[in-house]
Amino acid sequence: MVTSSAAPPRPALWRRGWNALRRDCFSSPANGLTTLVLVGLLLWGGARLGSWAFVHARWGHADVAACNALAGEGACWSVVAEKWRQMLFGVYPQGQQWRPALAIAVFGAMLVGSGWRACWRWRRLAVLWLAGSGLSGWLMAGGLGLAPVASDQWGGLPITLMLAVYGAVAAFPLGVLLALGRRSQLPVLRAVSVAYIELVRGVPLVTVLFMASLMLALFLPEGVSIDKLLRAQIAVILFNAAYLAEVVRAGLQALPKGQTEAAQALGLGYWQTQALVVLPQALRVTIPAQVNSFIDNFKDTSLVVIVSISDFLFAVKQAVIGDLDWRHYFVEAYLFAMAVYWICCFALSRYCRWLERHLSR
Amino acid sequence: MTITRARWRGWLAQAALLLVLGGLLWAGVANLVHNLHSRAITVGFAYLGEEAGFDISETLVAYDATSSYAAAFGVGLLNTLAVSAVAIVAASGLGLALGVARLASNGLLRLLATIYVETVRNVPLILQLLLWYGMLTELLPTVADAWTFGPAYLSRRGLTLPWPAPHAGWSAGALGVLLALVLGGGWAAWAARVERRGGRRLPRLVPIAALLVLLPAGLWALWGAPVAISVPRLASFDFEGGKTVSPEFTALAFGLSVYTAAFIAEIVRGGIAAVPRGQVDAAQALGMDGAQRLRFVVLPQALRVIVPPLTSQYLNLVKNSSLAVVIGYPDLVSVSNTTLNQTGQAIEAIALMMVVYLALSLAIAGLMNAYNRRVRLVER
Repeated sequence: MVTSSAAPPRPALWRRGWNALRRDCFSSPANGLTTLVLVGLLLWGGARLGSWAFVHARWGHADVAACNALAGEGACWSVVAEKWRQMLFGVYPQGQQWRPALAIAVFGAMLVGSGWRACWRWRRLAVLWLAGSGLSGWLMAGGLGLAPVASDQWGGLPITLMLAVYGAVAAFPLGVLLALGRRSQLPVLRAVSVAYIELVRGVPLVTVLFMASLMLALFLPEGVSIDKLLRAQIAVILFNAAYLAEVVRAGLQALPKGQTEAAQALGLGYWQTQALVVLPQALRVTIPAQVNSFIDNFKDTSLVVIVSISDFLFAVKQAVIGDLDWRHYFVEAYLFAMAVYWICCFALSRYCRWLERHLSR
Repeated sequence: MTITRARWRGWLAQAALLLVLGGLLWAGVANLVHNLHSRAITVGFAYLGEEAGFDISETLVAYDATSSYAAAFGVGLLNTLAVSAVAIVAASGLGLALGVARLASNGLLRLLATIYVETVRNVPLILQLLLWYGMLTELLPTVADAWTFGPAYLSRRGLTLPWPAPHAGWSAGALGVLLALVLGGGWAAWAARVERRGGRRLPRLVPIAALLVLLPAGLWALWGAPVAISVPRLASFDFEGGKTVSPEFTALAFGLSVYTAAFIAEIVRGGIAAVPRGQVDAAQALGMDGAQRLRFVVLPQALRVIVPPLTSQYLNLVKNSSLAVVIGYPDLVSVSNTTLNQTGQAIEAIALMMVVYLALSLAIAGLMNAYNRRVRLVER
């Protein structure tokens, strides 16, 4: 590295852009040829896609006949304009749909709050999560002045967010305990933890969901039944805990042994050592990995459609496939769903990238 | 003093844990026995011998509705393995290409590869599968107007390809490929052992390639050297001859490959980027050409970084193939689900399914760990 006190003046923006273009796209004849071929392909594909998605597309409210008139030449985004309520809120009573909309906002606030560093104190997080859960639960279920809505009428994006958020929050303590158990000196505890983690990680989530929806009832006393949604939520939590345990274990392993030894030399017991010395450090270094695990969990919640839980994907699917008139426009509806998932996951992964840089400073 | 107290506490805690787990298990089993009794379900795997009574749309082995539940389970397992094997090969190839493209000197290529990875990774796989499957079954032309690619056709019925007409010679050839893979693997292991012991380097690439070509060809020739290829031909309602790959299989294999390739690309990129630039420069200074640099310097070091995460991607792919159930491909989960609904043997069907996935996971993990032991750094 050469450093000079008198930095040369920065070239103009267009000049820098031109240089970058030459370096990246036209550094050699072969490179230039590649660029030209790719540009050609892009123009060809982009023109076709653009003509379908924008030029010939139909936007805003329109009836099916207007879309059918397009004869596949253009996209029928009207399906989203006509059906967005059903896609976002499922079969939630029409007049009450401001409530799931607010619940989505509450879940969003919980996520943003949890990612905000000023909130990273146990007490603040607990207040945030309890208040958020209470508020969203009240909005969805009703009571205390709101018309009650049974859980079999819930659906759409709030369910996806609920499965993902509680799937992470409730799995967290279990995951930490499993990780500690896996590294414990106590043989029985270790064996139980290892067996649980490896068993769950070895099978697909689908089978765990099947277990929760078809098998769990057989193990409960007669007459006792757990709500279908709650069973799926439990399955997501139990599944996620095994993956979180491995994330936390990586953090525990990264911690130098001297930390534990120093804590013991100070006379701290096992739980004090873990709570005051080990976990704060181990959890901190694994925060990016935890966010990644949350992204996977968020995407995985869509699997509940297999056991007929009305999450966002299920609601989108029902909205188009269940309607004989509109079912032909499933591509537009699925692209809309993809956009929603993509925005959430991409934002989270960007946040994760930012955290990695921010925390390593 | 405190140590013994701590030890006592430890044992007490473990005993309590066992007691709680045992209690839960006991209560669960007691409820189970009661519930099964009141629903008149008999526990056990006897149902596996009974007639299944349902058809499976695509099977790799002989099966019909009069076959047993065990046979149906086997068919489902084979279907899972088939789609996973195809998708693992395709995803590895595509992922490798994308990973290299993400490090390309061409900026536009890099950008496109990045867009691919970031788009595909951040959308749930199940949604992608639904989209591919819907497009394959609803937007493609009917059989009469199928898209033609030389002798192959693509239509709502699936992908129709020319295929060897059934003959023992083709089966013998396929067996030859398997045999050659086993023998080739054995030869590679033997050569590695000889090299470790005495340092003599036995040729590997040529004998294994020869084995892979000659053994299948020889067996094929021995069993009558059939040359008849069944070329698909459009009949009144459907294709005659050839082999039709169902839209379910196509969508699942394609979707799994596209999705997993994005993750493999990141692993490949990370692995190659992890090899310091100085290593390549040093190899060049020693007079190695491009292929030698790749073969002896870059790949061995990159593979060491790539293999462990690649293993978990392969495992994920096999587990993700269980999403077949949403598009109706008769895989293990789908067949087990039908069995479960017909017989009510929920516990047995789910347990069997889980055991199979666990065994598959352990098998793949074991294979990849063995490979990983070979490529890892040997420290003094």
